[in-house]
Amino acid sequence: MTVSSPAAAIAGLLVWIGTPFLAALTAVGRVTIFAFRTIVRALTPPYYPARLLDQLAHIGWFSLPVVGLTAIFTGAALAQQIFVAGSRFSAQSTVPAVVVIGMVRELGPVLVGLMVAGRVSSAMAAEIGTMRVTEQLDALVTLRTDAFRYLIAPRLFASLIALPIMVLVANAIGIFGGYLISVHKLGFNAANYLGVTRRYLNSDDFAMALVKAGVFGFFMALMGCYHGYHTQGGAAGVGNATRNAVVSAFVLILIANLVITVMAFG
Amino acid sequence: MASPAPKIVLDGVTKSFGPISVLDGVNLSIDPGESLAIIGQSGSGKSVTLKCILGLIQPDAGSIRVDGEEIIGQRGKELERLRAKFGMLFQGSALFDSLPIWRNVTFALTQGHHRDAARMRMIAEENLERVGLDAKILDLRPSELSGGMQKRVALARAIAPRPEIIFFDEPTTGLDPIRADVINDLIVSLVEDLGVTALTITHDMASARKIAHRVAMLYQGKIIWRGPRDRLYDSGNPYVDQFVQGRADGPIS
Ligand SMILES: Nc1ncnc2c1ncn2[C@@H]1O[C@H](COP(=O)(O)OP(=O)(O)OP(=O)(O)O)[C@@H](O)[C@H]1O
Ligand SMILES: [Mg+2]
Repeated sequence: MTVSSPAAAIAGLLVWIGTPFLAALTAVGRVTIFAFRTIVRALTPPYYPARLLDQLAHIGWFSLPVVGLTAIFTGAALAQQIFVAGSRFSAQSTVPAVVVIGMVRELGPVLVGLMVAGRVSSAMAAEIGTMRVTEQLDALVTLRTDAFRYLIAPRLFASLIALPIMVLVANAIGIFGGYLISVHKLGFNAANYLGVTRRYLNSDDFAMALVKAGVFGFFMALMGCYHGYHTQGGAAGVGNATRNAVVSAFVLILIANLVITVMAFG
Repeated sequence: MASPAPKIVLDGVTKSFGPISVLDGVNLSIDPGESLAIIGQSGSGKSVTLKCILGLIQPDAGSIRVDGEEIIGQRGKELERLRAKFGMLFQGSALFDSLPIWRNVTFALTQGHHRDAARMRMIAEENLERVGLDAKILDLRPSELSGGMQKRVALARAIAPRPEIIFFDEPTTGLDPIRADVINDLIVSLVEDLGVTALTITHDMASARKIAHRVAMLYQGKIIWRGPRDRLYDSGNPYVDQFVQGRADGPIS
């Protein structure tokens, strides 16, 4: 296609930039309304505490093995890297401090966020999406039950509660992984290592880790439920919803992580 | 004959999905305690009509009144109150596959809460019996049942809360002739004995003639014919004639 005049070229450029921008803005608006609706409905009865506990078990308990595994290996690898890098300017002694700070502030929340989002967002989108395409969501409504209270609020709040707990666990296991490799392979003195570790354990850092975890948990469940709820068209639609849920959860988690970090230290 | 105030009135209801117009001014009125059957080609918008009445799909224009109250545009508590009058059998059953049969059947009674297990199992058993299923399946999951059994469980689930109005979307499709007749009898008894208002979508002319007082035909987004069930085979309408006789040639292509 040839562009005839500069005005047409500028108009074309505006459309080219504007269309996806407007689409993104609309999507943000829709998600925000969806989140607000969930919270407002969750605050009025009927409440579903049993569904919340169910979801806590699903999200938290069954994700623990994979979270623990990730944390211990990453903690150990981090210690090894710092040791090698630090030995170039004889700063190996920073290993325990860097492991603690790195784990608690960044790696713990981000790793757990991404690992669990992969599981949780996809599972929620697939389950709710299947309910949409098989008309189970419509059936719910005709059976006097609100999908936001019964399905979505328990998932959102369970995720919000479970993630901080899992990040605490991951931090502890990650620091332990660093300790194991430092003491058994890199030749650190155990008591010494623990002493430094304790000195760098900072309650502000933990507070930030927990805030991050809560935000990540909220976003991953929100993306799973939102895309599942708005699924259109058969098995392919469920596939799309699942993929979109995971991708958007990852993006939101990474952006939120940077924003919170910059706000805390910027 | 002075007729009572109608239970449900549809007035000029239109609905398009994108460029495709599905409903194009549907007018329909159902009296309290009446049983109406809707017939029409596959894809003509019968299920969409039911979903509009239930507020599951928002029509583009028109009015839908239930007991004189407008349902279009209602939200929140008001919509919930109006919806509580209805029971709905979905065409695809739409059973909750994560719950056992008895929880499915009693779902509306507990609104999804897991309480009163003993009493709910009894209620589930009673309702399953009415659709010709026995208590052996109470603890099974929907995926462990045949399609026809799922349909009957869905029917039990729709009638369990004793709604005033029940919509049946193809209640006998996929059932053997004997089971189909059990369902026909059930619908007749709900209407005759309990005074339920029934709206049934069906492709089964024998069933329509048995369960319905009146039949309406949906074609190209409009109700093109309505009349008492006895007139179904001599309606004088070429579209209805072709449809009920199942001929390939005629005005409907
Ligand atoms: N959610 C939807 N989005 C887009 N199009 C839809 C939707 N629901 C229904 N339609 C379209 O509306 C038309 C009518 O669908 P509907 O399910 O009401 O048909 P029906 O008369 O019940 O047919 P059948 O006898 O096969 O069940 C179809 O062309 C269908 O593609
Ligand atoms: Mg249909």
